[in-house]
Amino acid sequence: MYVAVKGGEAAILATHDLIAEARRGNEAVPELSVAQIREQMGLACARVMNEGSLYDADLAALALKQAQGDAIEAAFLMRAYRTTLPRFGSSEPVDTAQMAIRRRVSATYKDLPGGQVLGPTYDYTHRLFDFALMEEEPRRAPSPLAGEGRGEGSRDAADALLAKPANESDQCAPSSAPLGHLLPQGEKERAPLDTTMPRVPDILGAEGLMEAEEPPEGDPRPFDLTREPVSFPADRDVRLQAMARGDEGFMLGLGYSVQRGYGNSHPFVGEVRVGEVSVAFVPEELGFAVDLGEITLTECQMVNQFNGTKDVPPQFTRGYGLAFGHAERKAMSMSLVDRALKAREFGEAAEYPAQQDEFVLYHSDNVEAAGFVEHLKLPHYVDFQGELELIRRIRREREQRLARETQETQVQETQAQETQDTLPEAAE
Amino acid sequence: MSGTTPRQHWLAILARASRAEIESLAGGLSALPDHDVLKAPETGTVMVEGRAGGAGRRFNLGEATVTRCVVRLGDGTMGFSYALGRDGRKARLAAVIDGLLQREGEAGPLRSGVAELAARQQAARTLASRKAAATKVDFFTLVRGA
Repeated sequence: MYVAVKGGEAAILATHDLIAEARRGNEAVPELSVAQIREQMGLACARVMNEGSLYDADLAALALKQAQGDAIEAAFLMRAYRTTLPRFGSSEPVDTAQMAIRRRVSATYKDLPGGQVLGPTYDYTHRLFDFALMEEEPRRAPSPLAGEGRGEGSRDAADALLAKPANESDQCAPSSAPLGHLLPQGEKERAPLDTTMPRVPDILGAEGLMEAEEPPEGDPRPFDLTREPVSFPADRDVRLQAMARGDEGFMLGLGYSVQRGYGNSHPFVGEVRVGEVSVAFVPEELGFAVDLGEITLTECQMVNQFNGTKDVPPQFTRGYGLAFGHAERKAMSMSLVDRALKAREFGEAAEYPAQQDEFVLYHSDNVEAAGFVEHLKLPHYVDFQGELELIRRIRREREQRLARETQETQVQETQAQETQDTLPEAAE
Repeated sequence: MSGTTPRQHWLAILARASRAEIESLAGGLSALPDHDVLKAPETGTVMVEGRAGGAGRRFNLGEATVTRCVVRLGDGTMGFSYALGRDGRKARLAAVIDGLLQREGEAGPLRSGVAELAARQQAARTLASRKAAATKVDFFTLVRGA
């Protein structure tokens, strides 16, 4: 049990000052703006939006600034802020088939309708430092591919790219569209992508080879774990919500465990897609759907090995991942664990952690987990006094017992000695 | 959104516009008309729903910040604004513009202003799509041991 303590106000105020100073760092170095974090640390912002369970890139950037880049502390700030806001309602379910695609790859089909679109990705970079990024003058950052494989020499490549005149249309980029600065080769000549691209599992589904995903009877409102207590076994909507706000590292570890054999999984990435999706909401007073704008989403459809029953012929099974912002690792991990958690539905033995909903859902929330782990450093003086008293008593009792036993042994030895003394003949 | 009414269309355009764009749209008017603020700009959230597998069971993905505002123009027309984000000023101006757009004929100046915004948003989408298209690849399957 945790017993509250009082006092320490002055020290706490002083630590607030000190953390502000530590956060600011060397004042000779210019301060980061929230807009800089939002624009240049977009993947970190996406993580904070997911784990903070609140889509707002400005707030995610502010949270990261305030938390000195600590993603979990930043997620905590988002969660805390969210509780101060009224909820207007729920959106219409987003339609990822209508996504304005920026990236879309499939590991299952080489030639799929709409094509493979690499988009912005680090997948094909060599993970060599681009030292041109160390330059401090404000200049247009080169593409991560610009100096690939050339180490320090990459600066030349960057300069060559920078010398290119900026494209005019690039200058009037609107606020909502996430555009880069350097135009990839041939961009001008390229036709835009297809406006809609079929989701890969739907292609397999059309052949009947894929487990169907249909809304249950009546298309019920989803369970909301922020408002109702979770019970087990948890349904798919509960699991997906919990995983969407779950810790990326935890989900990644579980997803990895599934691949390594701690769960029955033989996955292929059917598709990963990243892009912008409209969010529609029906305000009660209007009675029709209002388009609130666009959010960036990452979706992963994982194709897994077969399952069939007497009535249904063998089909691929699927795992689903959906995340705010560009968050591929998160969406992929989620889709692996989503499939593993279907063990019960498919009558598989749930022997491993990733297959056990209670284990996954109770440990995936990093704000809860951090709270419970880190509360251990708060004052536990009363608890610990109790423990101290207990251990002292146990030790005292042990000493007394040992002393008593020693005494008894001595008495017995003395008696034995006396017996021997009185019967000297018998001993010989 | 497909199959939308003209009003749904302009609300979508206004929601996607930046505050500066809305200000310049409102600034094009000789004066902002008199209006009552029925619901002052208020920031809250909307729970964003997804569907398992993209088309299956609904689930809660997470919330998004949304700001809304409702105004009433002198003649009683109600103007609404609902948009992602936390910009109260944008919400109020957009609500007034929504009210005015309902009164204005199809050839009005606000309509053409909205059409301009729509064209700009479409151009940005097309540019983003072209950039993505430049990263379209053809993977070749190599035969192992051949």
